[in-house]
Amino acid sequence: MEIDATWKDLTHALSGLFCASINFLESSTSYFAPSWAFRSNVSNLRYGALPREAVCTENLTPWLKLLPCRDKAGLASLLDRPSIYKGYYHSQRLQLTSTKSTGMVLKQTLTVVLKPDVQRNSAHSSLDNSIQPSWSVSSMFKKNVTGLCVPAKTSRIFFELETNMVVELEKLGYGDSWSNSIFDLSPNPVRVFKESNPLPGRSNSIIYEYINYSEHEPLDLGMKWKLPFIWSCSQSPFHASRFLMGSGNERGSIAISLQSTESNKEFLAKSHGCTVQVLIFQVVPWYVKVYYHTLQVFIDGKPQSASDVIEKIQVSPSEDKLFPGTLELMLRYPCSVQSVALTLDFDKGFLHIDEYPPDANQGFDIPSALVTFPNFHSSRSYVEDNLSINSPLLLKFQEKNVVRSYTEALLVPLTTPDFSMPYNVITFTCTVLALYFGSLLNVLRRRVGEEERLLNSKGNTTRIRLIPLLLSKFSSKLKGRTDGTPKSSSLLGSKFLFILVVVLAVLWHYIAN
Amino acid sequence: MAGIRGYWNLAAAAIAFRLLLLLCFPKDLHLGSRPEVATPLTSLRRRMKHNLLAEGYWLKQASMSPYSGSMYHGSPLLLSFLGQLTIRRVEGRPPHFYCSLMFVVVDFITAVLIRATGQKLLLSRHKSFQVLNLSKLVEASGIVNPGDFASLVYLWNPLTIVTCMGSSTSPIDNLMVVMAIYGACSRIAPLAAFGWVFATHLSLYPIILIVPVILLLGYGLDAPPSKLFLHKTSDASSSCALNQSPDNSEAPKLTDNAIHTFSWVQVLHFVLWVFIWLCFVLLLSSISLKDVGGLSEMFRKTYGFILTVEDLSPNIGVLWYFFAEVFDFFRNFFLIVFHVNILFMILPLAIRLKHRSCFLAFVYIAISSMLKSYPSVGDSALYLGLLALFCNELADMHFSFFLFCGYIGVSLLSPVMHNLWIWRGTGNANFYFATGLAYACLQTVLVVESVSSMLKHDRMLRKLVKA
Repeated sequence: MEIDATWKDLTHALSGLFCASINFLESSTSYFAPSWAFRSNVSNLRYGALPREAVCTENLTPWLKLLPCRDKAGLASLLDRPSIYKGYYHSQRLQLTSTKSTGMVLKQTLTVVLKPDVQRNSAHSSLDNSIQPSWSVSSMFKKNVTGLCVPAKTSRIFFELETNMVVELEKLGYGDSWSNSIFDLSPNPVRVFKESNPLPGRSNSIIYEYINYSEHEPLDLGMKWKLPFIWSCSQSPFHASRFLMGSGNERGSIAISLQSTESNKEFLAKSHGCTVQVLIFQVVPWYVKVYYHTLQVFIDGKPQSASDVIEKIQVSPSEDKLFPGTLELMLRYPCSVQSVALTLDFDKGFLHIDEYPPDANQGFDIPSALVTFPNFHSSRSYVEDNLSINSPLLLKFQEKNVVRSYTEALLVPLTTPDFSMPYNVITFTCTVLALYFGSLLNVLRRRVGEEERLLNSKGNTTRIRLIPLLLSKFSSKLKGRTDGTPKSSSLLGSKFLFILVVVLAVLWHYIAN
Repeated sequence: MAGIRGYWNLAAAAIAFRLLLLLCFPKDLHLGSRPEVATPLTSLRRRMKHNLLAEGYWLKQASMSPYSGSMYHGSPLLLSFLGQLTIRRVEGRPPHFYCSLMFVVVDFITAVLIRATGQKLLLSRHKSFQVLNLSKLVEASGIVNPGDFASLVYLWNPLTIVTCMGSSTSPIDNLMVVMAIYGACSRIAPLAAFGWVFATHLSLYPIILIVPVILLLGYGLDAPPSKLFLHKTSDASSSCALNQSPDNSEAPKLTDNAIHTFSWVQVLHFVLWVFIWLCFVLLLSSISLKDVGGLSEMFRKTYGFILTVEDLSPNIGVLWYFFAEVFDFFRNFFLIVFHVNILFMILPLAIRLKHRSCFLAFVYIAISSMLKSYPSVGDSALYLGLLALFCNELADMHFSFFLFCGYIGVSLLSPVMHNLWIWRGTGNANFYFATGLAYACLQTVLVVESVSSMLKHDRMLRKLVKA
């Protein structure tokens, strides 16, 4: 397939388009093709992650520029950057599909989780501590929704009351009114969508639609809380988290832990004797050398034999400097389990000085692991048919979307060599090599006669007369005579010369100062 | 010649000490995790719970190539042989119990082979001194039985014990090398060929031992230079001409036997057996790897890995830090420089020391263990044991005390510096590298001084013969 061949072009194009460092994904050490963890077309999928990169306003602005009105008109004009980046979470998604029937379709999704400011109101001081903060579009984004984007066919705002919230409301007797003693939703919605055939034990979620707004009537959707109200949000059945174990810069362990949550307990209460299937997909860079045979599974704190819990495992070991290592695991265990933990040992590798990022002592990031629960979906179906809904967003909600949970990215500190030392290291090592080479060859070179001559000359001469010796040497060289014992005398001669020079230097130092 | 008194007692005590360490320390002494002991090539384990060999074995069981994780870089035969042993666990015993027991046995066999080699060397020495009429002069000074002494040094060397307990595969490499040397010394060509082929297969560097092995098979054991024998022959023939005494009728016969002629028969026999064992090894490896990559992958991952120094983990040598810091432009150049330094010394040493081929083997092993890609103390355990085989000739080696203290100092400081760097984070890579540099200097001094004193010993013999 030409996917790998054109991958480089894609990453560079995306990097240029979004001002992100997606071009770092071009080398094969950063991306991988998962087999079955994503439950989609096997050979067409490529997965890459940049854990060190932070998403910021420079990425949002070019993303918004892909919209027909950019961020000048329509809903996108709401997106006040400081408000968005003060939030807890934001995520941008781009989906480009090209089919014969529909042509090229570009879908962009921005997900932001914001917290409204807590307003202190002295009139309700006793209730203030427990009441939720009231919010409105203008308070959160500092602007109202005014005007449509002209090329847009429809432009709508939906407001959803979650399933669990509706359950609590129904307990209190307020069905589906948007203005009751708990909260006030203003303005009034245009349409109401109710979920039909909810999953057993769950209530309907309600969606309110707001559509008519124009420049003369800016829409300021807001909610005012009157009484404290608590509801639980729906979670994945098991809360997945990942952390590092061990100390020191030589080795460590990666641990993935799954803790049972409220949703799972609800699910368990309704059905007995069920099993949970969990799919774990993890990519680890090559310098974190994972030992796959040390994979251990603990259920409720007790170690289990791997074959009991692991239904399917696919390991693709890393190759040094070539591609990362991936682990795809399918676990199956009873629903009543409270916690599951997986541990994997690894060794930390040592890199060449060029391979370290600029801030090497911070450490290296391991991208998030993906935990999928194939048995749990979040999908809704509405009473109205698709034509009357006429919203891609709600149509998307109606698809069977499997619950996916991303774990934390891990920061692994690696030992660093001394970056300032390349010349020093090379010279020290080459000096040792030269010492070895030179002295060994010297020892091998020595002939029998020379040793004896050296011993003889040492025994015979009792006193060396340096100046006459040097003169005789010079004269012999001038006359071209070969000297009988040049080496021993020159050795002793040079020693005396050296001592003479040292003495003269010391005398000079003292006399001059 | 009477051996060292109580030799077998001391040998048994060494074995017992190892078994004691193995049995009485159920928690691993973490020797297997020391970089001096366990290199990426030899490491059986890197931690208590896991090891490189087990990783290779697990990958093979999962129908993947054992080399795929860049973890295992050894021979596939070792995988089949030791793989089963590493995963079998015994309750209440330290992990890799069977492996360590096997390494104790391997060490013992190595020591016995060293002893046998030493005895052969001693016999050959006596014979040549008798021929040269020097036996009276030399026996005046005390002679130690080199075989006993060397095998005891090998068994009781703390470095050997650490290597044995540290569960690296170095004892097997050492056994193969010693087997090759013993086979060559006793002129058993199949044994020498077996040892040489397997030693080369397991780690690449014993390939240079082909020169001393062939010289041993051809010329025979270590002896004074052949010039001295020719001198004696000329003396004998001249004295024969002068007086026709019946005593001298024996002398020509002895000198004829003593003159070393190169026996081609032995060498050809050896070459034949080398081919047989080589085919055997390659056949076994290809069978073992037939589903998963084949021989070319094995060559690339084992020998290519050794020659290109891919793994930069710290060890007691100097190459790891050098190749972590050298610029990419010069990397290939310096790879060639390091390996040529080993290869270049083959010829000069062989020319100068061809009459002492066993000593030549020791020098080659010492040089290669200094300049090899992933040295460990297992290599130095081997050459220190072989050094003791020549204790009589090297009796007046200079700097012997300095070397002894140096080895002790480096063995103590190196783990400390490693700990400071990696575990406490207070030290630097330079601390550990400095001990590696000091170790390389010590090895240089050892090699140079031993060659120098062996040559001096030959000169002394020459003087005695001429006198």
